[in-house]
Amino acid sequence: MATVTMRVFRGDPKGGDFREYKVESGVGMVVLDLIHRIQATQAPDLACRWNCKAGKCGSCSAEIDGKPRLMCMTRMDIFKPGETITVAPMRTFPLIKDLVTDVSYNYEKARSIPPLRPKPPEPDGTYRMMQEDIDRIQEFHKCIECFLCQDVCHVIRDHEELKGSFAGPRFFIKVAGLDMHPLDTREDRPEFVRKQAGVGLCNITKCCTEVCPEHIHITDNGIIPMKERMVDEFDPVLWVVRKLRGAGKPSA
Amino acid sequence: MATAGGYETHEHDVIIIGAGGAGLRAAIEAAAQGVSVGLICKSLLGKAHTVMAEGGVAAALGNVYPEDNWQVHFRDTMRGGKMLNNWRMAQLHAQEAPDRVLELERWGALFDRTKDGRILQRDFGGHRYARLAHVGDRTGLEMIRTLQYHAIHQSIDVYMECKLERLLQDDNGRVVGAFGYWRNTGQFVVFKAKAVVLATGGIGKAWRITSNSWESTGDGHSLAAWAGADLIDMEFVQFHPTGMVWPPSVAGLLVTEGVRGDGGTLKNKAGERFMFNYIPEFFKSETADNIEEADRWYEDKSNRRTPDLLPRDEVARAINTEVKAGRGSPHGGVFLDIASRRPADYIRKRLPSMYHQFKELAGVDITKEPMEVGPTCHYMMGGVRVDADTTAATVPGLFAAGEVAGGMHGSNRLGGNSLSDLIVFGRRAGLHAGLYAKNFGGQLSVSAGRLEDLAREALEPLTRTGGENPYALQAELQDTMHTLVGIIRTESELKEAITRIAVFKDRARKVRVEGGRTYNPGWHTALDLSSLLTVAECVTRAALERTESRGGHTRDDHPYTDDQWGKVNVVVRLRDGGIRLSREPLPEMPAELRALVQERK
Repeated sequence: MATVTMRVFRGDPKGGDFREYKVESGVGMVVLDLIHRIQATQAPDLACRWNCKAGKCGSCSAEIDGKPRLMCMTRMDIFKPGETITVAPMRTFPLIKDLVTDVSYNYEKARSIPPLRPKPPEPDGTYRMMQEDIDRIQEFHKCIECFLCQDVCHVIRDHEELKGSFAGPRFFIKVAGLDMHPLDTREDRPEFVRKQAGVGLCNITKCCTEVCPEHIHITDNGIIPMKERMVDEFDPVLWVVRKLRGAGKPSA
Repeated sequence: MATAGGYETHEHDVIIIGAGGAGLRAAIEAAAQGVSVGLICKSLLGKAHTVMAEGGVAAALGNVYPEDNWQVHFRDTMRGGKMLNNWRMAQLHAQEAPDRVLELERWGALFDRTKDGRILQRDFGGHRYARLAHVGDRTGLEMIRTLQYHAIHQSIDVYMECKLERLLQDDNGRVVGAFGYWRNTGQFVVFKAKAVVLATGGIGKAWRITSNSWESTGDGHSLAAWAGADLIDMEFVQFHPTGMVWPPSVAGLLVTEGVRGDGGTLKNKAGERFMFNYIPEFFKSETADNIEEADRWYEDKSNRRTPDLLPRDEVARAINTEVKAGRGSPHGGVFLDIASRRPADYIRKRLPSMYHQFKELAGVDITKEPMEVGPTCHYMMGGVRVDADTTAATVPGLFAAGEVAGGMHGSNRLGGNSLSDLIVFGRRAGLHAGLYAKNFGGQLSVSAGRLEDLAREALEPLTRTGGENPYALQAELQDTMHTLVGIIRTESELKEAITRIAVFKDRARKVRVEGGRTYNPGWHTALDLSSLLTVAECVTRAALERTESRGGHTRDDHPYTDDQWGKVNVVVRLRDGGIRLSREPLPEMPAELRALVQERK
């Protein structure tokens, strides 16, 4: 057991500041354990979201020492002994209180995406899909909707005025997953990504990929293929070339 | 409402409390009836406990073993539940699960595939054939995301981070809504509705070592009981045999049964595959009694099943015994070894999230070394007594589906049968709540005085002087349930637990929290104590009542299964502020189904 100094943001939309808490850490502990310990012993009203505490639900997103991370998957032993650890809410979203932010932007974007329009099933009422045809989409389906990619994306983070016309990395892979879905029959997804989702604003700095706790290749496997699809839509020659070559393989 | 600063009101034909698999599926079906639907969740949408389900969804699709069918699934489910299941629920579940899984695929779910492009199925405990449709070991995530993205395009109003404290009833006792608060503002809200579906999940947060999140505080069980509805089978709590045991901060975190389904075995510290020493008479004819046959079974189902995949109650008890006898692992569990039995690539492909979880949180590479595992509180078999076909509870206007409903799983649930339960009975709940709402006559009337009382009561923890810390009280309750109402129970300890719970109830009335109403977890924890204490007491009293051992209820002082107890449910009712218990006969199973169940392997 060692005493650790945690600098945790306390406040609401009216204002706030970091407050220091000295708290005991133990073997194998993660940042969320210490936040819980602060709640139980020093600050019962310290607000944070969490559910599974296993990196599966994506609720406990925060900025730890400035880096977007899940508190439940950030082990205390990655920090130097004696180091003060700073925990702040995701900066991109409006603050509700302490570490809790209003992430409704993401739920609005989710709703704007046209749903799957499946083709008719086989005569026996079921579908056939080959594993190799769904591998890449299954990668996108690993997304736990922690919104860390949305938090770090500079288009959303620094351009309030673009929020209306930009869906963000989480939803680019959502659309990409639908576009690549073997059962989907919609033809208008590239147009949606260009016009409503604003993928053109992404300049592929890969910040989203770097912070993804599920290690999804958001940029390489999701965003870049969508950008290419957009181009294909405009350029019939390129479209034919790509069709003949076949779709690119996932990079991992 | 001067005291409470007012409340907002929403009105729907049907409200659904809980937005995990059952709640989402119920909302989709209710919306399909053309009624107005409100879906209310305690967390953000998509974060409910379903997201943590790992191994798969059980459905007799027959894709891997064409000889599988609903009859075999029904038989396995009834035998796994030690015959205490509501037979009609088990039948509907086995019959309808395949259609519900295929429906998810139509809505975009991508399950792992067989070589010919069908849905792949994996082995799990207590299932005769490989039956679990899955996506690696993150099946629950795929299911909840599919349902969530389907639901948001239906006509459903979603209310997030809203906790409901009480159901509202009219003068005729009909459930006509619910009262609660927004977690982010602390302001009160009233939902008026012609029908209410409970889909609130489990009660695992009443125990210390648990695979359940903060949400599993028995809300729906308590809401129903407080409204006068019957609960059944409350003594049956499932301890999953394999939770993480080390480091302490992750103790209880689930390790999917899929590890054993895919070839992993349990070993004690001597390296012995001890499960061969724990095959009960009831499962002898279908369980391999030697290593060679057990290992052949994975590929050839003409062999008997490995005892590593006995139902969960059997495996959890066996691990408990090994550890108590001093044959456990260094941190008080046993070893679960897949590293020496399957290639690293296979393990990473089949169990990616287990690989990730052990690597990141325990520093263990499961492709190279064994895991340390031990029992963790996982699932509540007992719950709201419902009509099998309609999911209607015993008070009018109330329906229940998923973990909060009782009966489907009898005394012990088979792995994989929960995700299928959610979608089969979630759909039925939405359908029948919708039909009930269409036929609803009269006005939706709720008493203003009642709302005033509820609001005042809810605010008390914020205004008391001095008093108890809600977190500390919750932790003491968890310790009590863990040490006195755990896997192995005995009369004196259960009585001690009842005494302590009475003291906790008294102390809960003195809880004090700092801060205001805006997103205040201390206040939320204080308010959750009433449901936690209610379910803790229901479980303990029912456990004291049932003087036999069966499924998820093991009595040290009554170690045998008693045929007389096999004919009755323990029914729990709240009357005049106290718990009343009664033993009531199980529904009579038709002869043709009885024949299926009695069939030897």
